[in-house]
Formats: sequence, structure tokens, C-alpha cells
Amino acid sequence: MLTILFDGIAYGMLLFVLAVGLAVTMGLMNFINLAHGAFAMVGGYITILLMQRQGVPFLVCLPLAFAGSALLGAVLERTLYRPLYHKPHLDQVLFSLGLTFMAAASVDYFVGSSMQIVQLPEWLKGRTEIGSGDWVLGMGHYRLFIIVICGALTLALQYVLAKTRFGSRLRASVDDQRVAAGLGINVNAVFLSTFAVGSGLAGLGGALGADVLGMDPGFPLKFMIYFLIVVAVGGTSSITGPLLAALLLGIADVAGKYYIPKLGAFIVYSLMIVILVWRPQGLFVRKGGRS
Amino acid sequence: MNRDGRWKYWEFVLWAVALAAPWVLPSYALLLNEIAIVALFAVSLDLILGYSGIVSLGHAAFFGFGAYSAALFAKLVMPDPLVGLFIGALAGGVLAALASPTILRGTDLSRLMVTLGLGLILMELANKLDWLTGGADGLQGVVMGPLLGRFEFDLYGQVAASYSGIVLLLLFVVARRLVHSPFGATLMAIRDNRLRTMAIGISVSSRLAIIYMVAGTMAGVAGALLAQTSGFASLDLFELHRSADVMLVLVIGGTGWLYGGVVGALVFEIMQKFLSSITPQYWTFWIGLFLVVLVLVGRERMVRPWTWFYRGGKQ
Repeated sequence: MLTILFDGIAYGMLLFVLAVGLAVTMGLMNFINLAHGAFAMVGGYITILLMQRQGVPFLVCLPLAFAGSALLGAVLERTLYRPLYHKPHLDQVLFSLGLTFMAAASVDYFVGSSMQIVQLPEWLKGRTEIGSGDWVLGMGHYRLFIIVICGALTLALQYVLAKTRFGSRLRASVDDQRVAAGLGINVNAVFLSTFAVGSGLAGLGGALGADVLGMDPGFPLKFMIYFLIVVAVGGTSSITGPLLAALLLGIADVAGKYYIPKLGAFIVYSLMIVILVWRPQGLFVRKGGRS
Repeated sequence: MNRDGRWKYWEFVLWAVALAAPWVLPSYALLLNEIAIVALFAVSLDLILGYSGIVSLGHAAFFGFGAYSAALFAKLVMPDPLVGLFIGALAGGVLAALASPTILRGTDLSRLMVTLGLGLILMELANKLDWLTGGADGLQGVVMGPLLGRFEFDLYGQVAASYSGIVLLLLFVVARRLVHSPFGATLMAIRDNRLRTMAIGISVSSRLAIIYMVAGTMAGVAGALLAQTSGFASLDLFELHRSADVMLVLVIGGTGWLYGGVVGALVFEIMQKFLSSITPQYWTFWIGLFLVVLVLVGRERMVRPWTWFYRGGKQ
């Protein structure tokens, strides 16, 4: 029981790190980016390839995965994404789907279509149990590691958004892009860095999740729907909305698969439709802000 | 483009060629059958995407539902194709009617999610109800009876192609009539400015619900055609890439233009055959590249080569 909750939280935190970049970019530029999963996949594959071929330690791979995806994100943002901000949503959907297809096929071509396995270091492999009877809490060390890292990242993000100058610029741009630009904020630069960081976080999430979620060329399409659920349900105007949505989704998914495997993903999708029909702007939306 | 609903002479020629093609080129009959089905599917998407402005990533839900209904009907009740087609249409229409409240509210993003979710739910259902649908193995052993009690479906697909072609033509005429009617005009008004449409007293919700139902019915027919002519229905019908493909088909041909679906289906199928014969495994890369280039160049200009040499995108 508690173990399931624990696994659900770990899964939810992972989803949050994967999806938070998407939430911010979607809120900032109103751009429907279905290719976000591709950045996560890039991060995951950087980790796997570095570990398998070069023998780089796992902990060194994580920042490299972040940097690699962030760089890729920045380059693509500058060259391909920027002209599309003011195009209709249909164009954005087509464009990002196309990117996703390309990413999946290239990975298939260069690495192969089989599922890749990460060799975790020894100290992350164990499992600790606390308590007894019905209330036993089994914590996989790796999941604990994920929760700690993602928790730290969440706090850091929250700090950056709430306390720093860059954070206030970003929030201003999200709330009203035109007024922000009028006040002398370089919205393009803010967006470029946000996009890069968001992609980097996705890459980091992919690297962390390579063991839990599994890495294969179908990854971006398979998990795209989860990212989108997090963003659509959580709303795009704050960081706590997606966090809560991700935790909810993670726990619901793990619990659903454990207790009623017959229905599986069915519950998550139905829940999403009900929530979106009920509150199309997302569950946790701030009153007042432009949405 | 012909905005007045009158039939042009080239349209008659086009349809005559299309219907004669399976008998003139028997070796391409199977491909032609596929093209007709994809064209019908794309035309049905055009009704909601091009004419009503609803971005949907889950149109395959109706396609697959119609296919499974028709296949199950043929397997369990009776093998007559026309009755089966009707059942497929009914299934698609009812499903769309049930789903229509979900697309009336919200933004493009939430609509995208809801339509996507519907497709995934149906795929889960078809996967889990394996006693009925065969689960991941697909629904096998569908034997169709002869068409009108006379024409057997042959191995070369000539009857199938003609059958699909005629159904496509009939539904195309219906759709054409529909979009040139005052009802069609209100749909385009909703697409262009929802608020103003509401202000002049048009009931947006009911119009959208109706067109969604019509589109669902047509997609159901397309699915039923595929299931009947191939004698097979599988989970693949509900997959995301099918919804994405049909969107691509429509975009290649041009949205908001009924022939867009037909032209797009022709180009897309030929392109897919060509690409997958060169690189069987990696053809999705080229499809993806095509999408990216298409959007960056601009959809309008890409499908109208004569505008390439003008500056500034004037018509």
C-alpha cells in the first residue's frame, strides 16, 4: 500500500521533471509542442550510449544529458521553432509531430529499435524496507534517488521563478507577452533560455527515467500523451499545477496498474477526459491571469 | 476553387477516370482501394478540421470503431457487405454523437487531448476485450459475402476497389452538398469567428455536434470499408499514427477543400509506397521531414506550386 504510494510519487516526480519544460513553453508562447518527448529521448540515449560505449559513470552522465538536450533545444528553438509561434495550432501540431517522427526514425537508424538497458551503479540497486505487516514501505534506492533529485530540482525551479530577476521576467512574459516586451524585457531571449532549460530538464528526466520507463525509439510518442496530460490538467500558469497533476497521474497510474490491471491505462484516460470536459483550462488554475 | 456548388465538367471526368481505373489497371486495384478508403477518411476529417476548425488527433477512433463493428457484424451476424457498411456507419455516428459534448468546450489543446484520449480508450478496450476482438492479434476470420448477392470480392481487389470508389463518390456528393448548403456556411462562420457567429444567433454547439456526428459516420464507413475489403481488423486501426497520417493526407491536399482529401490520399499513398519500397524501416523519417518542411514553407504555398515564385504570399 505505502509502497505503491511511494512508487507512484517517484513516477509522478519523474513525469513532472519531464513535463515542466513543456508547461512553461506552452504557457509562454502558446505553442503546442508535441516534440517534447523527443528531447527526453535524446537525454536518455546520451546517458545510455555514454555508459555503454564509453564507460562514463552514471552521475557524470546526468549533467551531460541535461547539457546535450538543452543545447539541442536552444539550436532548434532559434532555427525552427521561432518562425512558428504565430502560426495556427494546426501547423504547430503538424510540425512537432514531424520532428517527433524524424527523431524516432533517426534513433532507430543509428542505435537500433530494441529497448535499451541502463546498468545502474551498485549503490542504487538495493531496496530498504521500513515497518511491518500491511504498512510495510519498500523503497527501491533508485526510486528514492529519483525523488530526491526531482524534489531538489522542483525547489530550485520554484526558487528561480519566485525570487530571482529572471523568474520575474519569465512570469511577466507568461502573463502578458506584449506588455512585458513593452517594459523592455527581451522576451525572445527569455524564451530561448526557458526553452533550452525546459528541453534540458526533459533530457535529464529521460536520463533518470531510462531505467524506470524504458528507452526505445517509440518513447516520444508513447509518453507524449502523459506529458500532455500533465500540462493540460495542471494548467500552464504556475509550477505547482503541473507538479500536483504529475503526482496525481503518477499515483493513479501505478495504483491502477497494480490493483486493476485489466483496466490499466483506461482509468487515466477516462479521468483526463472527464477533467478536461469539466474544467477545460486545467484543474489548478490561478484566478485572474491570462490563460 | 469552386465556391458556388455547381459541378464543373472536370469533376465528372475525374470521377469517371477514378471509377474506371480498377478495371483499366487491374494490377493497381489494391492500391486504388486503399486510396479510396484513405480519401474518404480524409474527407470526413476535412469536415471537422477544414470546415469547422476543430483540431482533432483522435479521428482514428471512429475509423477503428467502424472497422471493428463491421468486422464483428460480418463474423457474428451476417456477411452481407452493405448491411455491414450501414452498421459501421451507425457505429461511427453513435460514437461521435456520444463524444460530441467533449469537443464543444475548451481550447485547442484540451480538444486535442480529449480526442486523443478517446482514441486511446478505444484502443485499450479493443486490446482488453480479447474474447470479442481478438486483442493484440487482431480480429481474424472475417469472411465477406458477395456484394449485392452477385459480385464476389476477388483476390485482385477489382470489386473491392470499385465498391470503395462508389461509396466514396456517394459520400463525397453528400459532403459536397453539405458544405455548400447554408449549414456549411455557418460552419465556416464558426471556424472563422466563433464569437460573432454566436452573436448573430447561430447555435454553435448544435452545429458542431451535428458536423462531428456526420464526420464520425463517414469515418466509420471508411473503417468499415477497410475491414470488409481486407477481411481483418487490428489494434493498429486506433493508433495515433493513423490519426496523424490522415491529418497529413488532408494537409498535403489542402484543408477546407473537399478534393483536398482525395488529392492528398493519392499523393500520400503513392509517396508511402515509394518511400517504403526504398527504406522499409525508416520511411517515417521522410514523412517527418516532409511535415517539417511543409509547415516551414507554409501549407498554402507548398500545395500550390505556382505561388512559389511570388513574394509575400499573395494569392
